[in-house]
Amino acid sequence: MTPDEIRTAFLQELTNVAPDIEPDTVGPDDHIQDDLGLDSMDVLTLVTALHDRLGVDIPEADYPRIASVALAQAYLAERMA
Amino acid sequence: MDKEHHHSEDRNSPADTWAEARALIDAPDGSINIAYEAIDRHVGQGHGEDVAMLWLGKSGARLPFTYADLADASARLANVLAAHGLSKGDSVFALMGRVPELYITALGTLKAGMIFTPLFSAFGPEPIQTRMEIGSANVLVTTAELYKRKIVAWRDQIPSLKLVLILGDVAPEGCVALGPAMAASNPSFQTVRTGPEDPALIHFTSGTTGKPKGAVHVHNAVVYHAFSGRHALDLTPGTIYWCTADPGWVTGTSYGIIAPLVNRVTMIVDEAEFDLDRWYSTVQNEKVEVWYSAPTAIRMMMRSGADAAAPYDFSSIRFLASVGEPLNPEAVVWSEKVFGQPFHDNWWQTETGGIMIANRPGMTVRPGSMGQPMPGIEAGIVERGEAGLTELGTGQVGELALRPGWPSMMRAYLHEQARYDKCFADGWYLSGDLALRDADGYFWFVGRADDLIKTSGHLIGPFEVESALIEHPAVAEAGVIGIPDETAGEIVKAYVTLNPGYESGAQLERELRGHARKKLGPAVAPREVIFHKTLPKTRSGKIMRRLLKARELGLPEGDISTLESDES
Repeated sequence: MTPDEIRTAFLQELTNVAPDIEPDTVGPDDHIQDDLGLDSMDVLTLVTALHDRLGVDIPEADYPRIASVALAQAYLAERMA
Repeated sequence: MDKEHHHSEDRNSPADTWAEARALIDAPDGSINIAYEAIDRHVGQGHGEDVAMLWLGKSGARLPFTYADLADASARLANVLAAHGLSKGDSVFALMGRVPELYITALGTLKAGMIFTPLFSAFGPEPIQTRMEIGSANVLVTTAELYKRKIVAWRDQIPSLKLVLILGDVAPEGCVALGPAMAASNPSFQTVRTGPEDPALIHFTSGTTGKPKGAVHVHNAVVYHAFSGRHALDLTPGTIYWCTADPGWVTGTSYGIIAPLVNRVTMIVDEAEFDLDRWYSTVQNEKVEVWYSAPTAIRMMMRSGADAAAPYDFSSIRFLASVGEPLNPEAVVWSEKVFGQPFHDNWWQTETGGIMIANRPGMTVRPGSMGQPMPGIEAGIVERGEAGLTELGTGQVGELALRPGWPSMMRAYLHEQARYDKCFADGWYLSGDLALRDADGYFWFVGRADDLIKTSGHLIGPFEVESALIEHPAVAEAGVIGIPDETAGEIVKAYVTLNPGYESGAQLERELRGHARKKLGPAVAPREVIFHKTLPKTRSGKIMRRLLKARELGLPEGDISTLESDES
């Protein structure tokens, strides 16, 4: 997958977990909890969705590394490489 | 059958216990003020330089506040309120994250003899507006961001609201900036003399039907906060203590502000949400001795495994406690292995104001049990029948009930006498929780007696969620239930029928969840929406949530004699 495709996949799963978020308004560095309002259960749901879609298993300790679109894009690319 | 009343192994009568508890506070000249007991008393006794609150900011700030600092800041806040013409008995709401101002607002409000209501900052606009209406809010203290996103659109619909204080140095139109107001304000304030029965706090709790209920707590509750903090959580002067709960829920106020400060501990306040490494680092680096958390967070730690915890030094930990929903036995066993101490589960409610049943320090923890009644607390298992209440014996499942009379019991549901009265029968307070008591006097949670949903330790009323869903033009009817979830205990799930002209499908499902999240916030909104052609209803048109749930879980459907329509 290209970085762009990873970004799109992440954004789609994010806005599926939290459909109150408009994808166009999400900045690359917006924190998914502090700025976009996800709670910890949402984060778990997102992790599961990313696993189903991308086959990446994200351990609890790495959750901070998917805390924004930019971070997640880099992290997922690294894990999928 | 064992019908002996259980108030733990403690032989004292409740009256003796409360007399002993009363000795933990000062109560000068018969007046009792929570803020005085929590802060000023300690300053007066020479402990002004002890650290009361160690605040950890999201982005790494570490700010200690001494008891003298909190005395100063809360006095300034009380003066700000007074300067705007507010007085004893007025109602102050707080809506913000876990920032220092939240704690200062709580203490300053109580000092001024006003009534404090904290709201969970992740609530959407609707739960906020409903609660401020019911509570006739006179003051709101919040941030510019929350004000803009959640308040300004309907602010004028709360006629009682006289003042909106905004954190920081600038405020939107019609609001007052708190920063300059505090700076210009006098750092001394004569604490308003409040009587033991004067209202101090209102905490909202969800109902099965109708609007949320505002449980009213009085200043005398501090007697029980002091006592239960000492005996259920082992809070002693100087203890380094971390309660992870948000003050928007009752635990975060009773045991995240009042009990720790009254017991003169150093309390950790972390602004950030759960983050595994951050939490483990905090326990290690701040040398947390007593840690009070919740099953959802504990299960998240557990999911990450013992390996993730291995690099950390947890030797400072002396006592671990958990509340919110039953802590599964595996988590108790796991915590003992990882932290060297088991999490001690305890049980209480918004209405009880404090911990009622607990695995206390020194007691043998029975994994999966909520423990035994606190000293002075008499608990029983009862069954409601035509002829009144019957007390049940060992091993029988019934409603968990308590003999009223402890100091932190709610005194009313605001403007809802009838609903308050329904909580009591035959000299018992009825909790709405189903439980059983074993032969050794330990209590075990079984489920809710009503339709309320316990998710991540919070009680959610299905009615509030259904009402928000029905506001969407596509939705004709909605039924909301909790379904079991291994991390959150239960999660909120909605079943809806659609109005003509709307197509069910993934697109609409997302739209409805988005709609509900905007109105209610993520903690309350459904995680899943299911479309049905009809919902099971009684002949009087009430949606039978119990039946929805039985079908969802494949359980027996029970008595369906009142079922009217139904073809899902």
